[in-house]
Amino acid sequence: MLSIRNLHAGIEEKKILKGLNLEINAGEVHAIMGPNGSGKSTLASVLAGREHYEVSEGSVEFLGKNLLELSPEARAGEGLFLAFQYPIEIAGLTTTNFIKTAVNEIRKYRGEQPLDAVQFLKMMKEKMALMNIDQSLLSRSLNEGFSGGEKKRNEIFQMAMLQPKLAILDETDSGLDIDAIRIVANGVNKLRNKDNAVLLVTHYQRLLDYIVPDFVHVLYNGQIVKSGPKELALELEERGYDFIKNEVNAAQEA
Amino acid sequence: MKTGDFQQDKVVMEDELDPIERQVQGDYKYGFVTEIEADEAPKGLNENIIRFISAKKEEPEWMLEWRLKAYRHWLNMKEPNWANIRYEPINYQDIIYYSAPKQKVKPKSLDEIDPELRRTFEKLGISLEEQKRLSGVAVDAVIDSVSIGTTFKDQLAELGVIFCSMSEAIREHPELVKKYLSTVVPVTDNYFAALNSAVFSDGSFVYIPKGVRCPMELSTYFRINAENTGQFERTLIVADEGSYVSYLEGCTAPMRDENQLHAAVVELVALDNAEIKYSTVQNWYPGDKDGQGGIYNFVTKRGICRGVNSKISWTQVETGSAITWKYPSVILKGDNSTGEFYSVAVTNNHQQADTGTKMIHLGKNTRSRIVSKGISAGVSNNSYRGLVHVSRNASNARNFSQCDSLLLGDKCGAHTFPYIEVKNNSAVVEHEATTSKIGEDQIFYCNQRGIDTETAVALIINGFAKEVMNQLPMEFAVEAQKLLAISLEGSVG
Repeated sequence: MLSIRNLHAGIEEKKILKGLNLEINAGEVHAIMGPNGSGKSTLASVLAGREHYEVSEGSVEFLGKNLLELSPEARAGEGLFLAFQYPIEIAGLTTTNFIKTAVNEIRKYRGEQPLDAVQFLKMMKEKMALMNIDQSLLSRSLNEGFSGGEKKRNEIFQMAMLQPKLAILDETDSGLDIDAIRIVANGVNKLRNKDNAVLLVTHYQRLLDYIVPDFVHVLYNGQIVKSGPKELALELEERGYDFIKNEVNAAQEA
Repeated sequence: MKTGDFQQDKVVMEDELDPIERQVQGDYKYGFVTEIEADEAPKGLNENIIRFISAKKEEPEWMLEWRLKAYRHWLNMKEPNWANIRYEPINYQDIIYYSAPKQKVKPKSLDEIDPELRRTFEKLGISLEEQKRLSGVAVDAVIDSVSIGTTFKDQLAELGVIFCSMSEAIREHPELVKKYLSTVVPVTDNYFAALNSAVFSDGSFVYIPKGVRCPMELSTYFRINAENTGQFERTLIVADEGSYVSYLEGCTAPMRDENQLHAAVVELVALDNAEIKYSTVQNWYPGDKDGQGGIYNFVTKRGICRGVNSKISWTQVETGSAITWKYPSVILKGDNSTGEFYSVAVTNNHQQADTGTKMIHLGKNTRSRIVSKGISAGVSNNSYRGLVHVSRNASNARNFSQCDSLLLGDKCGAHTFPYIEVKNNSAVVEHEATTSKIGEDQIFYCNQRGIDTETAVALIINGFAKEVMNQLPMEFAVEAQKLLAISLEGSVG
């Protein structure tokens, strides 16, 4: 589904990703872990097409298309979703109206008819029940005055509504208490199926207790330096990132 | 900055425009000229021109005297220069002060109206038949100074509601016109009001009798049509005791190279327990991207809550004109009266707007509320200027003012000039102001959800302006939302 080859990218003159490789297939959950500054959020931004991030080398293929050539909204249309680390507020725009616009713009991109009010409402009610989310949240201005937990739940609710092929969760656990993490994780788990994939970007192992990954990758200094099964996350938790750093440095010296 | 410098900048900048800037470079969508033979006065202004206008309108002697008095006063006045706007001096002798579409016989019904005029309305989406049949909105359409069609008159007449052109009111209801005309905006009030009094060509007159709740929105569509014609509308609305009326004014104008002067006067009078709601959507030609052409809109709008418990509410959506100079105001004379002002003002490219309100608290327990939303884009300048005045005897006056500015790009300006004068200790006056920018983060967030930049900007703008849009009647609100999007629209790469 997603194939990243030798990706070099950065912001302005600063090089952050230095030859990253990653393959994600449908039905899989991948976790990318790493110390601060290793390039985790840069990877999420580059994949979503955020401005000012420049790719200097390498390729990214998404469902057979060259992802890097597509505008951010076309990437969304193709089925890529980013749950933001810091969801943005828009005053006066109701969450419902925002999501309705998004759903119909993506349908338009795919050459489908827009949902009318009745169809949209029906879909929203289904997903609200599934995600256990309250109507009152959706009538409020987008993310305005939302608590940290509400913002992240709103991200996952949008994911449920947009039904992406690949969802990238950027530090979705940051700033959440354990109950909020559980709620958000339950939401993600309900959306998992054999046709979609999830890329979790996280600093801590604790989210992985609830969303269990098939693969764990350690990002360090702009490269994936170690990959393994879910147990790798536990090892990192126990031993800290230093042992990875030491391993990498030792290998370089050798 | 010198013009030369700026143009150089512009060449360099074209390719570097970010999506928000490209977004706001839309073209004016209502630029077309209807070809109708005009019956015009010669250029220039003197007493003979005023006599010509008065004669054309078949006015009584007292009206001519009233005009001449205003003109003589105007000659001794100076054009105001305190507003935060800049323009080349206006040559008042280079303007045609009267122009009427030629019609041999006065139309008895809509069918007799010049088909070309009818098509103009249709292009604007205002088909009179449609309006008549479907919408329940009575339209008094004004093209270049003469009302060409009035609908629903019979239904309104049954209730005693008078809704007609000002010229007709002067002929048919002189006692009402004499009683209320210039009681809110005196002919000597300001430079442009005096000019308007001297040369006004037409406008609307509304009278709602005691206890009548006007069953439909009264609406006038203005359109400036013949070239080089200054348009001077005069509107007077009187709501007698216990009555209610909602009045809509909407405008679009054809594309033009030379600046056109527009100096309207609107007066509202609310007697005991009466309420007037006045809504405007203004979309006159703003000039091209380089600031050429466009309408100069210098308007005096003022209402007086003369009676107890009366209420006047102004709502305006201002997207057009090269220059806007306009402060719809309320004099709160009656005890327990209420004044409201809700405004969205959009400026793009080289547009300049200096707009706001005045709330003059004279009576006891008077309340006022001001919500102003300014949106600036391009290299435009958008100023809010508001006065809240509480006089010595106005005990327990309350005011709340909220002034928010939204900037698109980093070459435009937003300014807030709140003036507060309180002479009574029991007053409570609150003022809040914010300035924000449409952020790249907001746009990217929308993009990531599949929403393109153009749609994203429209969503953000309409969210920002929502509190004001909610004040508009439903059909008007939909139109106004589209207008906001159109005003800031452009090709997004």
